[in-house]
Amino acid sequence: MADPMKIRAQMKGDVAEIRVLMSHAMETGQRKDNDGKTVPAHFIQTMSIALNGKTVVSGQLGTSVSRNPVFGFKVKGAKAGDKVTVSWVDNKGDKRTDEAAVA
Amino acid sequence: MDMIRRTVLKGAGATGMLAGLLAAGVLKPTMAYANDWNKTAFEAKDLDEATKSLGAASAGDNKDLMMKAPEIAENGAVVPVDVTSNIPNTTSISILVKMNPFPLSAHFEFANGALADASVRLKVSQTSIIRAVAKADGKFYSTQKEVKVTVGGCGG
Repeated sequence: MADPMKIRAQMKGDVAEIRVLMSHAMETGQRKDNDGKTVPAHFIQTMSIALNGKTVVSGQLGTSVSRNPVFGFKVKGAKAGDKVTVSWVDNKGDKRTDEAAVA
Repeated sequence: MDMIRRTVLKGAGATGMLAGLLAAGVLKPTMAYANDWNKTAFEAKDLDEATKSLGAASAGDNKDLMMKAPEIAENGAVVPVDVTSNIPNTTSISILVKMNPFPLSAHFEFANGALADASVRLKVSQTSIIRAVAKADGKFYSTQKEVKVTVGGCGG
């Protein structure tokens, strides 16, 4: 299973600013390795963010997203202690879910 | 609690009750259930084709759709792009990189209090226009900006 995500959620006024760092190669399928062989595409395709179990952001990604993706989002009406859950699924069916509390 | 759930699941699977239980909200789909992935749009090789696949072919300007991206990207492998839409009832934001092999890079949908605001980091293969598309009240809007790239971002 992939390395854990780092999730930071901080209140700024009545908006929770959520920052997520995912651990993933995000291979485009265009790169050749040292032996000259093409490295197959391996990238996160879908992701979702939930606040206290309700989906707030759902995302679809392509191979142009950088390796070890970093995302920022904002959610209004959150409060300290709320649970932020982030999930992703990649093109090979690997998946990961992590959670953190809003600070 | 878990033992009860497991027994119910075992029984439910055998009798085909799973669908009913899902519908009743007793079983919750796991968070990692994949959303649909818009294959047509993500595999389009041309900026306008990809924009069209999003349904946004006739997207117009809107000063309340803003994008922040560097004029010159020092590292094409990690270009920070921030898109904010202050257009009321914005439900989604998509980001495309014209000169990349597959321009559509990301698509986000917002609900339940999420602001229409997304920060991403993209690979930009060469100097390129970056386009953001927002959907609000069923209509599309777009804005774009050129990012100059000195060291290309696709590792090639």
